[in-house]
Amino acid sequence: MSDVVERTLTALPSLLSSDPSPGRPSSTSKLGTLIRGITELTSKHDEEKLIQRELVSIKEQVSSPNTTMMKELMVRAVYCEMLGYEASFSYIHAIKLAQQGTALDKRVGYLAVSLFLNESHELLLLLVNTVLKDLQSTNLIEVCMALTVVGQVFPKDMIPAILPMVEEKLNHPKEIIRRKAVLALYKFYLIAPNQVQHIHSKFRKALCDKDPGVMSASLHIYLEMKPESYKDLVVSFVTILKQVVGGKLPIDFNYHSVPAPWLQIQLLRILSLLGKNDRSTSEMMYEVLDESLRRAEMNHNITYAILFECVKTIYTIHPKAELLEKAAKCIGNFVLSPKINLKYLGLKALTYVVQQDANLALQHQMTIIECLDHADLIIKRETLELLFRITNGQNVKVIVEKLLEFLRHSKDDYRNISKGVYLPINECTYAPDNSWFIRTMNTVFLLVGDQMQPDIPNSFLRLLSEGFESAEEDQQLRLLAVDSYVSLLQEQPARLPQRFLQVISWVLGEYSSVKEGLEPATVLRLLAPLLDLRHCSSETKSWVLAAMTKLSAGPACLSVAQELAERHGGSLDTTLRQRLHELQHLASDGELLRRVLPCSDGLEPLEVDSTLSFLDGFVSEALAAGAAPYKPPHQRQEELAQEKALSVEPYGLSLPLSLSSSSIAGRLSPTVLSMSSGLSGNSTELSPKGGSALRLEGVTRVWGKEGYLAKAALKPEEAAKTEVPCPLSVLQEGGSAPRTPVVSLPAPAPGPSLQAEREKQQLASCLFMGLGSQGAAGPCLMGKAEPTRHGFRKKVKGQGSSSGARGPSGDSASSSPSPLSAQSAMDNLLCSSPLDSGSTPSPADSAPSPADSAPSPADSATSPADPDAEASSWLFSHWVLVVGVQVSRVRGGPEEEEEHVEGHSVAVYQYSLVPTRPSVHMELAGRASYQRPDGEPQSTPFSYGLSLPDFISRPLSVSTEEYGRLWLASSNDIKQNLALLSQEPDPLRATLHRLRDRLQLNVVDIIASEGIVACQLLQGPPCLMHCRLNAGCLAVWLRSSLPELPDCLLYHCQRALAQH
Amino acid sequence: MINAILIFNNHGKPRLIRFYQYFAEELQQQIIRETFHLVSKRDDNVCNFLEGGSLIGGSDYKLIYRHYATLYFVFCVDSSESELGILDLIQVFVETLDKCFENVCELDLIFHMDKVHYILQEVVMGGMVLETNMNEIVAQVELQNRMEKSEGGLSAAPARAVSAVKNMNLPEMPRNINIGDLNIKVPSLSPF
Repeated sequence: MSDVVERTLTALPSLLSSDPSPGRPSSTSKLGTLIRGITELTSKHDEEKLIQRELVSIKEQVSSPNTTMMKELMVRAVYCEMLGYEASFSYIHAIKLAQQGTALDKRVGYLAVSLFLNESHELLLLLVNTVLKDLQSTNLIEVCMALTVVGQVFPKDMIPAILPMVEEKLNHPKEIIRRKAVLALYKFYLIAPNQVQHIHSKFRKALCDKDPGVMSASLHIYLEMKPESYKDLVVSFVTILKQVVGGKLPIDFNYHSVPAPWLQIQLLRILSLLGKNDRSTSEMMYEVLDESLRRAEMNHNITYAILFECVKTIYTIHPKAELLEKAAKCIGNFVLSPKINLKYLGLKALTYVVQQDANLALQHQMTIIECLDHADLIIKRETLELLFRITNGQNVKVIVEKLLEFLRHSKDDYRNISKGVYLPINECTYAPDNSWFIRTMNTVFLLVGDQMQPDIPNSFLRLLSEGFESAEEDQQLRLLAVDSYVSLLQEQPARLPQRFLQVISWVLGEYSSVKEGLEPATVLRLLAPLLDLRHCSSETKSWVLAAMTKLSAGPACLSVAQELAERHGGSLDTTLRQRLHELQHLASDGELLRRVLPCSDGLEPLEVDSTLSFLDGFVSEALAAGAAPYKPPHQRQEELAQEKALSVEPYGLSLPLSLSSSSIAGRLSPTVLSMSSGLSGNSTELSPKGGSALRLEGVTRVWGKEGYLAKAALKPEEAAKTEVPCPLSVLQEGGSAPRTPVVSLPAPAPGPSLQAEREKQQLASCLFMGLGSQGAAGPCLMGKAEPTRHGFRKKVKGQGSSSGARGPSGDSASSSPSPLSAQSAMDNLLCSSPLDSGSTPSPADSAPSPADSAPSPADSATSPADPDAEASSWLFSHWVLVVGVQVSRVRGGPEEEEEHVEGHSVAVYQYSLVPTRPSVHMELAGRASYQRPDGEPQSTPFSYGLSLPDFISRPLSVSTEEYGRLWLASSNDIKQNLALLSQEPDPLRATLHRLRDRLQLNVVDIIASEGIVACQLLQGPPCLMHCRLNAGCLAVWLRSSLPELPDCLLYHCQRALAQH
Repeated sequence: MINAILIFNNHGKPRLIRFYQYFAEELQQQIIRETFHLVSKRDDNVCNFLEGGSLIGGSDYKLIYRHYATLYFVFCVDSSESELGILDLIQVFVETLDKCFENVCELDLIFHMDKVHYILQEVVMGGMVLETNMNEIVAQVELQNRMEKSEGGLSAAPARAVSAVKNMNLPEMPRNINIGDLNIKVPSLSPF
């Protein structure tokens, strides 16, 4: 036994005798005996026996009503649970203790409950009343304990019962209570966002709390929410950060003389979310970011934490050259730091930044090389990750070689965590040639084998099947793969990992025909032994058999198949047996084989009847025979939940507040509420994670010309230009000597280390090959690309801030779903007389009479009759006409777009309108200004009302399965009862068809008393509707990933059904 | 968010386990074992971050740990937490333990597991950082401890008295500790 344990043992008696809390000696000694007992044991088996004995004795004592012992028993049970022994009998006692005991008992009880139970444990329901009672207690500590337990574990369905109480605590005079209440509410938001939609205002209030602790607790939610929903708070966050950085907080909040570092970190994160892809918002924060960078003196760990966050923010938001330069310097400090933690973060920051500014990696290339050989595998891995970000056609071989080396030497534990590492190989974009690619992939499969993420073999196979541009290359690749796999199988198939075997069998099954002279029977014989391998999983066997089935043509194959069937026919694995049967059957019947597995080179997807209509006969037969009709899973769940739904209303507590719990439920009945939370909770729990988390990868390159990259890359560009004009040689030139950085390298140490240093430099030049040249080639490319990118950005921005008016008709034609062709627009123009313009105030009204100036009767025309009216055009024969279309929306500022129409000409403009967020009504407004020949400028406003159905595209055709998937993926839902067209013979069908006709909804399926309906917003997410006949009305349940969409659609459904 | 806090000794014996995300009992033990396996192999001169064990959520998760004498303090966090921030939070937690137990050592954690939990509850609530100010944490714990003493036979202390206690200024405790072998070394972090 080791030194430490021995010492622990010798220290035990003295510790036990000098127990620091003499008030309760017995409790410690009991636990002490247990612990001493455990420590003395040597084998796991003995420990198990001891604990079981202990548990039995706890169980006995716990059921005898002796409250003084209870606390201590509970702690012992907690101890046993911690060691991994279940003490489920004590759960109920923990709840009882929390319920009935004194404050001290409660503390133990609550602790045990939060340690024992999880959110979905049914016993938790018994805790709800206790929590309610304690929340109302006048004892601060009890309130605190109740809030703590609410924040740790609380049943989702029961949130409405205590929500009002927790909200009330936000106004509590004690800041610790307010703080815990804020966190508890945030927890509610995480587990059941639908039930607490109204609390955002409370969080805003908490943000303004006079206590900084409460304020910082309220920040959590903003990291989870979509930044669009709180853009208006930017100023507040900036001000808060400014104050914190400026040391305006009480000195209590200092940590190692840094003011509230954790608060700063959080604020910086929020700012980076807000400033991402948003120039105007970013501009507001430049000053405070600069201040943060300046103030953070490098003297303590925690300052580095702030700096790191700051750098990340600077690189995430809209770039500012000056700040970027400072941030880059900061990253340098990290990377060059001797502290290993900082080095790690520096590499991380580099990985983050390198996509935007590859030159930064060049500056630090020697450090990176050193890190590659670092003793710490984590550092090594991070370095590889970084290298993969700078992979290009020239350095791919070196980098992949490094990766393989890493895989060979690393322990198993690290293999499965190096997920992102395979990325570049898989992409194959940079692979120099096919045989290299196949060889490398083989090595990767062999090395990593079964610990590999499943998507890697999948994408590899997809690559093989879909191929690249040229068919010849594809064939060559396949041939190489088949060749290498055949030889692998001939050698030692037993050693290959499962996943690799699966890949091999698929490729052989699919492409062995590519290789001439390779008989299917030969392949079959190669594959057959795999079935005998002991470590071969049944999944792999299925892959192997599937491959064999594809190949099984000809008499030779039949004999192999029969042989196999004899050998494995008695297998206990039913899947295997079935596959064998299929194989045997297909091998004997060539005609059938060709029909079942048609040989085609093309990748045309097969026509699949996803509605399974060919089964209709079968279904009706089954129904006739008395089978129960099919119910979709969500309905089954719903019915199940209705059966055992719980009342949310607390009983026995005459709370004046309980009425607000029902007001939350609003138009939804309590059962429905609990149901919807149960279902939607699942899907939404996932979504915030992805949405809010600061992702290091995949950040868009937002740098413009004024950004850092262009500036830094200037030098290599000049050099390249003067030396070689040909772009190809520029690449090579740049590759062989990454000039700028090498010059700045520290002078190589003399003596023997010189050699090593040179090697490293050589490695560096290999690794960073192409980077310098990329920089060199970059600006030239960018010179061309720049304007278009600018233009694109503008457009996106327009869309973000208001509904984007798309540019010239040329590209809008492709994006608008039913583009009016120029011809038809003209027809429209010419046919509709001014009288037809209807409600739209026509410019003609205020314009000079057409008769005296224009030969054409139509001076102006709009096309209000068309629901898709996305074009408004004017035809003026004599005057210069300027039409300014202004699109104003509920949220977002106006967007200006101006077009000039020459005199004596006809111009047709088309715009496509895309609503940024749906709302019930939208308005398109504009102003036409024109000048009469006598010079007087005039202008006329016009507007056109749009409603949501105008934006619903043609039926979203989905299959029922897809619908199911979409249903689970959408998080925002709403339920309502709608009026039914009850006078019709088939009310459900009639109602749904009415909706289809009026709102262009697609009726996906109608089964018995239920129907599912889907629609899709133009260039937007789908909205799904599930309808069920329920007591004379139509119970609809709408879901979408867009929060406002179900509401708006519901409104229009109501309207459509109300109009007869 | 913090997903789990694990404290175990150099032999992998768990001393305090707190999960903020549900895992089945069996899986919890597996996570503890795996984490110990990962962490214990690492020298003291390598970095304090480890990227995701296979069990607790994959590559989005990080293990951030500190090794004090005989104990490992491991926080498992997702990408929304700052690495260095958590590293210092561990330090705050351990320093708080040191204040509350006066020269904290592994044995304190063993025999007063419940108290350690109460202290932790004041630092981290439901996976979110609640308080980082050591004095504030100590004050909260003291408040509860006084309740313990005052609760001879009375059911609960009146709220006013309790809040009065809370508002009292706590004397600054001596920070430096004599470092016995069993003590958790709380190094005052070296400036760099």
